[in-house]
Amino acid sequence: MSAISINGVTLILAIPAAAAVLLGLLPGYRLSARINMLASLATFLAALSLFVAKPAPGPYILVDDLNIVFIVLNTFVGFTTSVFSASYIGHELESGRLAPAHLRFYHAMYQVLLFAMNLALAANNIGLMWVAIEIATLTTVLMVGLYRTRAAIEAAWKYFILGSVGIALALFGTILVYMAARPTVGEGLDGMVWTILIDHVSAFDPALLNVAFVFLLLGYGTKVGLVPLHAWLPDAHAEGPTPISAVLSGLLLNVALYAVLRFKLLLAANAGAIAPGPLMASMGLVTLLFAGFMLYRRRDIKRMFAYSSIEHMGIIVFAFGMGGPLANFAGLLHMTMHSLTKSAIFFTVGHVTQVAGTQNIADIRGLTASHPALGWSLVLGVVAIVGLPPFGIFMSEFLVVSSTFARAPLLALPFVAGLLIAFGALFLRLQGMAFGAPAVVGKPSHASYAPMTSHLLLVLMAGIYLPPPLVAWFQHVAALLG
Amino acid sequence: MGHLEFDVAHLFAGGLVLVSFMLLYQDRLYALLNVFALQAVVLALSVSWQAYVQGAPHLYVTAAIALFFKAIIVPMALHRIIARLGVHREVENVVSTGPTMLAGMGLVALSMVVMLRVTSAAVPLAREDLAFALSVVLLGLLMMVTRNNAVSQIVGFMSLENGLILAATGAKGMPLVVEISVAFSVLIAFIVIGTLLFRIRERFDTIDAEALDRFRGGRR
Repeated sequence: MSAISINGVTLILAIPAAAAVLLGLLPGYRLSARINMLASLATFLAALSLFVAKPAPGPYILVDDLNIVFIVLNTFVGFTTSVFSASYIGHELESGRLAPAHLRFYHAMYQVLLFAMNLALAANNIGLMWVAIEIATLTTVLMVGLYRTRAAIEAAWKYFILGSVGIALALFGTILVYMAARPTVGEGLDGMVWTILIDHVSAFDPALLNVAFVFLLLGYGTKVGLVPLHAWLPDAHAEGPTPISAVLSGLLLNVALYAVLRFKLLLAANAGAIAPGPLMASMGLVTLLFAGFMLYRRRDIKRMFAYSSIEHMGIIVFAFGMGGPLANFAGLLHMTMHSLTKSAIFFTVGHVTQVAGTQNIADIRGLTASHPALGWSLVLGVVAIVGLPPFGIFMSEFLVVSSTFARAPLLALPFVAGLLIAFGALFLRLQGMAFGAPAVVGKPSHASYAPMTSHLLLVLMAGIYLPPPLVAWFQHVAALLG
Repeated sequence: MGHLEFDVAHLFAGGLVLVSFMLLYQDRLYALLNVFALQAVVLALSVSWQAYVQGAPHLYVTAAIALFFKAIIVPMALHRIIARLGVHREVENVVSTGPTMLAGMGLVALSMVVMLRVTSAAVPLAREDLAFALSVVLLGLLMMVTRNNAVSQIVGFMSLENGLILAATGAKGMPLVVEISVAFSVLIAFIVIGTLLFRIRERFDTIDAEALDRFRGGRR
């Protein structure tokens, strides 16, 4: 670590960190929004460079085939969200919901969040990963409370309390992993380095690892939004600024999921430890079914899509829990597709709530008539997210279902039921919002359509044709996941 | 490893659990803060003993942070917040003292059973430290669940963090990076709580978390 060389990893960490400092100092939201976009774009490009030149793993930083997928996805959605954020925030400023001072804070925090998420994904040290996820949690707490309304403060408080309890449990699990590693690996730094742990894990005490995994699953599972630890998620999505909802759903949940996956790998490599798969699969299934039913009772549009995120996290965790090359492949694909689709939906919803002036579903009507571009984006987004062909989510859900039918047909039934329940709920609500007599007429929207269009196009493309190199890459990673 | 070293470490760790129990039944905010300060002092003693026994001088830093930050600065700041807000001094327990204490005992028994069983291979000192640490963590959680006042939830959370630090220092040779970062994140966490509290005071007449719930509105 003595000589810090400039490579892709240092760049994806250094750019957001430097941008955060800069944005904290600069006044003026137009300039800040541009710098925010530029920095996010630069980070994305740096992340792409990781495909070409992969730095060697050190005691703190690791880039391997698994996390590179997460990092590239993370920086890409981070970039498109910053583009969306520029147009969204401008409107918030005009309508007086946010003061310029808040914006400076907002932009700085946005970059800190990207930094923390990249750090968590690239960390080779389980302690460092924990710290990064904690920073990410704290920044999002601050962002959720940005509007300072009663509801926003309540949401931030709830998120903070539940998030920190989860984080605390995860730290306890991390300490237990270190305790399990110590007799074999020895004292000091090595006991926390993931690459060293995975080499020696077969000699660890299985009982201690089991307990550790329970804590880690509960702790990071809180951040993934697994039922019954999901209570913070809908509030945090509904009350914060919409770009943050997009980042939360599309990225932060993935980061927590990534942490769970890392520890799952650790457990799977130890013959004496419990199999983490069934635990994850059952939690995922419960999450899917619960969120599916909860979708029917939503009155708030952002809250509804937050429950949809919980549902999809359930699907992904279920797929990874089932394990095996096919289900893992489906899980990875679904995670990517969900990130892209859900953030596109939140981009649309952000503009929709701005033109409609409300988040109440009942008051949003006939969007395809009054704002055709927004309305049809919403329709397309929902069609994609419920898993209709030809979008990519159809393919990943199909893969999960077929691999489950092949191996555990009884589990496939509740799984398909959960998918159908969620499908019904989302379409029921979409109908009122998209069609019928419009509620608002003649209020133009200043939406930037590039972010959502690019996301939906990618999802569409993935549904029709996945390029063979990408398939090979995902298959390779799926095999790594065991 | 001499008997004395083991016994003293045991004493401090056990003391921490005891103070956690004391936190459970405090029904006045000021008293709650005082007991929390006491817990932080016990933690500082325990950590410095570990530093001495393990010959790990960097742990003294953790001990110092526990002593100055958690035992002095934080309780004083919370004192001021309570005074300035003029919050009613009674803590409204959602669950009354008796059942809470019983639940606490159950949790301690649980963590003993779990931790002692799974760590049979480890050094006795580390084993019992871990069992006590889990007890403190669970008692902190219990406190957060049974109180509905924002300040006592913060105290519950911090006592939970104390348990984590006990666990981290009990794990011999755990990298310094983590300890510092733990302490540091507690600091950050506190700033967050502080700003949140400030905003809550700005917008609410009460810091009772149940009052926050009322604004949820049934229609969401």
